[in-house]
Amino acid sequence: MTETAKAVILHLGLIAVLFALQFVLPAYHHGNMARVMVLATYAMGYNLLFGYTGLLSLGHAMFFAAGMYGMALTVRHLGWTPPPALLAGLLSGAVLSALVGALALRTVGVAFMIVTLMFSQAAYLTILYFTTWTRGEEGFVLQQVQRVFWGIDPSDPTTRYFLALLVFATCLMLSLWLVRSGFGKVLIAIRENEDRAQMLGYDIFAHKLGAVVISGTMSATAGAVYALLFGYAGASFAGVQYSILPLLWVLLGGAGTLIGPFIGALFTFYLIDITSGYTSAYMAVVGAVLIALTLFARQGIGGEIRARVWRGLP
Amino acid sequence: MSLLSTSGLSKEFGGLRAVHDVSFALEEGEVRALIGPNGAGKTTFVGMLCGRIEPSAGTVRFDGTDISRLPAHRRIRAGMAYTFQITSVFARLSCHENVALAVRRRKGNVAKDVPEALRRVGLADRAEQLAGDLSYGHQRLLEIAMGLAQKPRLLILDEPTQGLADSEIEDFVALIRELKAEATILLIEHNMAVVMEVADAITVLNFGEVLAEGAPAEIRANREVQAAYLGTG
Amino acid sequence: MLASLEGAVTAAVLALTAVGLSLVFGIMRVVNVAHGEFFMLGAVLAWWVSSWFGGHVAIGFVAALVIAPMLVGAVAALADVTILKRIDYDPERTIVVTIGLLYVIQQVVLMTYGPEARPVEPPFNTRLALPWFEWGENGLQLYWPWGLSTTSYKLFVIAAAAVVLEAVWLLMRHTKMGLVMRATQLDGEMAQVFGIPVERVYAFTFGLGAGLAALGAVLIVPIQQAHYLMGGDPLLLSFIVVIIGGLGSLPGTVVAALLIGMSDGIISVFFSPTLAKILATLLVALVLVFRPQGLFGTRTA
Repeated sequence: MTETAKAVILHLGLIAVLFALQFVLPAYHHGNMARVMVLATYAMGYNLLFGYTGLLSLGHAMFFAAGMYGMALTVRHLGWTPPPALLAGLLSGAVLSALVGALALRTVGVAFMIVTLMFSQAAYLTILYFTTWTRGEEGFVLQQVQRVFWGIDPSDPTTRYFLALLVFATCLMLSLWLVRSGFGKVLIAIRENEDRAQMLGYDIFAHKLGAVVISGTMSATAGAVYALLFGYAGASFAGVQYSILPLLWVLLGGAGTLIGPFIGALFTFYLIDITSGYTSAYMAVVGAVLIALTLFARQGIGGEIRARVWRGLP
Repeated sequence: MSLLSTSGLSKEFGGLRAVHDVSFALEEGEVRALIGPNGAGKTTFVGMLCGRIEPSAGTVRFDGTDISRLPAHRRIRAGMAYTFQITSVFARLSCHENVALAVRRRKGNVAKDVPEALRRVGLADRAEQLAGDLSYGHQRLLEIAMGLAQKPRLLILDEPTQGLADSEIEDFVALIRELKAEATILLIEHNMAVVMEVADAITVLNFGEVLAEGAPAEIRANREVQAAYLGTG
Repeated sequence: MLASLEGAVTAAVLALTAVGLSLVFGIMRVVNVAHGEFFMLGAVLAWWVSSWFGGHVAIGFVAALVIAPMLVGAVAALADVTILKRIDYDPERTIVVTIGLLYVIQQVVLMTYGPEARPVEPPFNTRLALPWFEWGENGLQLYWPWGLSTTSYKLFVIAAAAVVLEAVWLLMRHTKMGLVMRATQLDGEMAQVFGIPVERVYAFTFGLGAGLAALGAVLIVPIQQAHYLMGGDPLLLSFIVVIIGGLGSLPGTVVAALLIGMSDGIISVFFSPTLAKILATLLVALVLVFRPQGLFGTRTA
């Protein structure tokens, strides 16, 4: 079997399992799983930049929030139906990421991390500043009637699960195609050795900018879909915490692997879910896991699989 | 018309003159060696040729057009290839993928050109190995394969034989002879035996300036060069 | 007058905190995202120490002023030895790890200290009849408050910060420790070759940096209250100050702290605090993009 066939089967298999799960999961976990799939989509977007291009952003929450508010604000204030509102969310993410990318990519390494952090913080504060429209930290709810489109009701649990799976599967297969394409291979080359990639004649800036925009738009997609499926938009999704979480998911699941973001998001979601039953200080667990991963398991779960089981894991 | 020429090319690092007023011309099809003592400015000079270092003054022309302001990747696209003095390969990618990256950029045929380039440097049987797992000498050969695979008009090799075993150096000399028909070659080299064997002409840099230029025999006989370089080296 | 005095207090505390961050970055090339939490830890420990000591409030306060920064410094040095050293101070992984540290410290304080904000009583505020002293590394100095009863403690904060900053400057310029630290800054590997115990210098520097933040926090708790989330703003402001002042430059950091601290009050008059913060964060980002050497730094080749 060729490497390509193996890769396609593995990822289609994951999608099939998630499809089947929906018939057996109890209601509570059923809802959680839909949420995990949307968050995993966000993580996949993050991973395209961090795991495949080697750029560590500390500000992806602004892209997630751009999608979320691009969708939710047009529905709430302009009375748009979900399909154009979703598009508005995607577009907001694309424009914002192009803008941020064009500026932030003039810096490298630690400065890039701080610049993205600062832009994201500015975006978060902007949401608070326009509290009249965004309702700030408190956020606002999208009513069920506002979310129905083409006879589909995203507030129905089964529909919601399918929509989440549809978005997750689409982004997963898109990512698989992307990282195996010529463009994706150049991104990997940049991650491995930027100097050498440039001296092979590749335009580093253009490729990095492309990666930021694709990554930002995928993150925005997750944000917009989150608003649609769960009917809520709030400033906390733009906060620092939501920039750190995708980093944690990707590090845990394995940076630069396609299934890593999903594994990481799933584990972290349940870890926080269980810990928050015992203490309100559940973010301590997040912190401890981040430290432990950096110290003891840089490759994450996906990296271990790649090292021990299948070197060709995309 | 020369394939590559510079006029008045200079570079200062904080008042220190690394390269000063170098005017240089390279004819299509020739193999030119660039030699000089350590710190003579050789790597700085080629860095300015291929766009890795911005010159303080002067111009670089390639194939008749002024490329002084072009970023490195545009110069590579115009038909230059550069191999690093300090080995620089994609260590965590396979040898095949290393070379494929070079072939894909010029939209070449990966299935045909990659094995071809690897075969020419003698790494055909290591295509699937990770570049980082190769020995130092093999990594240098891989780098040359990446240069070949770009099918450049001008191939700049920065100390390619450094760290190679004697038998590998022999293969390398044979490879350069073979390549002569396909590309113009600029070779920065310390190994004088290699230089004398493959070069059509030699340019000697000393203290950032051109000290002498000519056929290998002339350079060998040049007293100034002997004093500055051969005598000490 | 009163407004600019408020600004000067902010600037003094900010200067201490930012110099801590700047030292760590300058010498170790480490961006410490947990710096704000060391600040918060200083404030919380100040509350604990001062409420543990009975008797005159001043005794508790002085004890806090000594004990809290030392404890925080010890915690930081421990973190350096157990975590940062083990990842070899790799810049990106260091940031990830200090983010982890941020959450751990913050949440452990939430679990133990709780979500309430608690005040620490100033050692003097209305008792102006007594001469007071300020505590710096130069020892005790007599200090006579002026007649401004409401600002007496604030004046003390400004003076104390100035003395401590002067002490840090002297430490860096005129002691063997400072020489060793500067040598390490220039070239860690070279310093190691010359027999400088780089590991210990790093642990000391990281501890000192955190201790300065904690000291700033102890000074401010009688004016602001101690709360587990109070680390965010000092972190952001310190980043702004260090970046605008030029990464790793101590004089630049102090000048920028004065500028930011003093203008903070003035800017807030014209804009809402949120808008002021938006502009400040954008300014930092743009400075890093277009003038990475800082507004006052000079470009080095």
